[in-house]
Amino acid sequence: MPPVFGMLFDGIAYGMLLFLMSVGLSVTLGMMNFVNLAHCSFAMLGGYVAVTLMNAFGWPFLLTLPIAFLAAAAASVVLERVFFRRFYNAGELEQCLLTIGIVFVSIAGAAYIYGTDQQPVHLPPYLQGSIVFAGLDFAIYRLFLIGIALVITVVLIATVEATRFGAQVRAAVNNQRMARGLGIDVDRLFAITFALGSGLAGLGGALAIAMLGLDPSFALTYLIYVLIVVSVGGLGSVAGSFVAAMLLGVSDEAGKYYIPAFGSVLIYLVMMVVIMWRPAGLFGRR
Amino acid sequence: MSSATIDAAFGPRQFLRAQNRWRWTEIAFWLATLLPFVLTPDYLVLASQIAITGLFALSLDLILGFSGIISLGHAAYFGMGAYTAGLLSVWGWGEPLTGLLAAGVTAGLFGYLTSFIIARFRHLALIMITLGIGLLLQEAANSASFITGGFDGLQGIHTWPILNRFDFDLYGRTAYSYALVVLFLTFLVARRIIHSPFGLSLRGIRENGQRMPAIGAATRAHIRTIYTIAAVMAGIAGALLAQTTETVSLETLGFQRSADVLVMLILGGTGRLYGGPIGAIVYMVARDQFSGLNPQYWYFWIGLLLIAVVMFMPDGILGGLALALRRLTPRRAKD
Amino acid sequence: MSESALSARGINKSFGSLIVASDIEIDLPAGVRYALIGPNGAGKTTLINLMTGMLRPDAGRIVLGGDDITALPPDERVRRGLVRTFQINSLFPHLTALESVTLAVCERRRVASTWWRPLTAYGEEVDEAHAILSRLALAAVCHRRTRELAYGQQRLLEIALALAAKPKVLLLDEPAAGVPREESQDLFAAIAGLSRDITVLFIEHDMDLVFRFASRVIVMVGGRVLLEGTPAEIAADSRVRAVYLGKAHRGTAP
Repeated sequence: MPPVFGMLFDGIAYGMLLFLMSVGLSVTLGMMNFVNLAHCSFAMLGGYVAVTLMNAFGWPFLLTLPIAFLAAAAASVVLERVFFRRFYNAGELEQCLLTIGIVFVSIAGAAYIYGTDQQPVHLPPYLQGSIVFAGLDFAIYRLFLIGIALVITVVLIATVEATRFGAQVRAAVNNQRMARGLGIDVDRLFAITFALGSGLAGLGGALAIAMLGLDPSFALTYLIYVLIVVSVGGLGSVAGSFVAAMLLGVSDEAGKYYIPAFGSVLIYLVMMVVIMWRPAGLFGRR
Repeated sequence: MSSATIDAAFGPRQFLRAQNRWRWTEIAFWLATLLPFVLTPDYLVLASQIAITGLFALSLDLILGFSGIISLGHAAYFGMGAYTAGLLSVWGWGEPLTGLLAAGVTAGLFGYLTSFIIARFRHLALIMITLGIGLLLQEAANSASFITGGFDGLQGIHTWPILNRFDFDLYGRTAYSYALVVLFLTFLVARRIIHSPFGLSLRGIRENGQRMPAIGAATRAHIRTIYTIAAVMAGIAGALLAQTTETVSLETLGFQRSADVLVMLILGGTGRLYGGPIGAIVYMVARDQFSGLNPQYWYFWIGLLLIAVVMFMPDGILGGLALALRRLTPRRAKD
Repeated sequence: MSESALSARGINKSFGSLIVASDIEIDLPAGVRYALIGPNGAGKTTLINLMTGMLRPDAGRIVLGGDDITALPPDERVRRGLVRTFQINSLFPHLTALESVTLAVCERRRVASTWWRPLTAYGEEVDEAHAILSRLALAAVCHRRTRELAYGQQRLLEIALALAAKPKVLLLDEPAAGVPREESQDLFAAIAGLSRDITVLFIEHDMDLVFRFASRVIVMVGGRVLLEGTPAEIAADSRVRAVYLGKAHRGTAP
């Protein structure tokens, strides 16, 4: 098998990770138009929770994942109640600044508690190593990552398309005023969606440690990529986030593979081209 | 009713003229900028950096505070100006004033070209495009290390004396005078713009961009113009940095610099012309005082400050002052 | 035969399966006062959006004074004299009334791109803005910020902005909407005072206004023009009564 498939595999794995970290932001932005730049702080929180449980308490890796999800979701509920709620009707700039402030505080907090070094992660032996197939190495961890993400994607899309909750989410994203008029409790819906989205980000953060590393700058570094996924995919769209994440994950790997001197340029170029062609994103409205 | 007679006597032209007049607070501010020469002569280098950053923040205010364009990549034009002036010097021409001109023209040209993209978008798409332009330029500069010196930055900048007379001294007297004069002159231009019909259009775009076409305004053309002007000013600020510090590195066009100047402007208060310089003063003096502190802790306090400003003082320092002043001096009776 | 000031020919527009405009044919002779009525959702505001260029029709043409303007952007149409007001105030909250109208005058006079001369040098523009505000009884509050004005005054400011563009054709979208009885006198006076050089089409639910000012009424339902006629004819028509007049909450047929 030509090496390009190996590159595609890595790109897809990276894309899955980006998807988990981005889908929550896309849906909440689409629903409430609330620009939450602190979204990746929740991812970072999930990562650090997983690390603490593994290294300080000796928990097995797999068990830390649901806890990472819950911790991030819980933190988001608190922040939403205390801060975000007051800014749903504020301008974009205020929302950006408020949430950037929270990012800075979270980065400083992480640096204070954990220091600035990369966090070590000890994967269980069955997730280490790689499978050799058709002459290429496929890392088992990445297979695992892709597997989990696919399952979650299916569950998400099924929820959005086939459940009443999902229908309400779609209605609220589409036209908030109309949804309220129909009797949908949009505020409660948003709180739940926000918690779910942040939880997924936390899960993504925990899964990311073994692939992207974890240090306090995570919240800012990956924010840029998450924003790119969200704006390329379109606000409020699960499918959009998925497609955009795949596109960007593969582009990034392709860029590093074929033109290593230019680093992340390919991702930025793809983003600019898509946004100029479709300002609302690939699957966005308006 | 009393206010009606006041308004009737105070004709419309006179009212606008009164708005254009220099307030004593403004004069006091500019006189105060001369104080560092006398009060803190050891800090003139810092003062010159503050003046330069204040100019940069002023240029951002023109597009953000007055026109409502949120840019996360304004440092692109700052860096362009810095590298232009720096490269001119490295290639043998270190004359500062022409260097300033060249930097302004180059940054302005880049601003003009990118303004065609910028003017077409709003909201999140616009924010992401400004971010993208900044990041792309950063990557390009990083890759073209044979020109930009890459991570190490430009080496070998030497700025000639201004007007062949004023040599750059170690104490920063020349640097601060130079930066201050440029800041003041550029400020005069900005002030002119704000009080012109064009300035009124910009505020119209900021207040209600949707309404502008309905009154016959060529909104995109207006945005392109102010964006180009802001790029020229940012480029001039960058050139000042290159010339006074005789160094230019990649961070001049980096995301960090774009974010920092945004924080400074918000701190000072947007849409008030003085918010940029004031924010720069407060931010950079504080950073200098706490320079021994670990960078993480610095960003902790900046984060808290941002949250506090957004929650309690959304119009920044100047906004808070204006509010306090209005509460303390109830001149007009409320109808 | 004089050219019509504004006409819509064969305008069609749909969003997916939702048809908002179907074969619309409308002619406005110069100087007339026509009213456009119809139940909510009939497509009246959509028609105005189509005429002013905020929406692009799927088919059909808009002709202004003999020129086909279908391909022109909204600001260009305004410059040619096709001006509208908004049903929900679309004003500049922090600008004063005088600044807002001056802005519109400056845009019309093409001086709005001048950034090197102060506004105070444009006395004529300021005076013209002040004159417009005076005609609409807003002179006393011209230095107040828009957000501080009473709702009725804001509605008048909406019209002032439109007048500053020196319209040949004026499309008023529910000018009296939300204005309490006490404040509507100035509004009525403003509409009555509109120059006969201006062709006016106004959308209204307030039948008082319709019967007082309109020489002809166009009725729209479900994206189509149901019928056209004098106010008396419309009031007497049973179809209209069934579809719309039955829902009128003030003003009855004479």
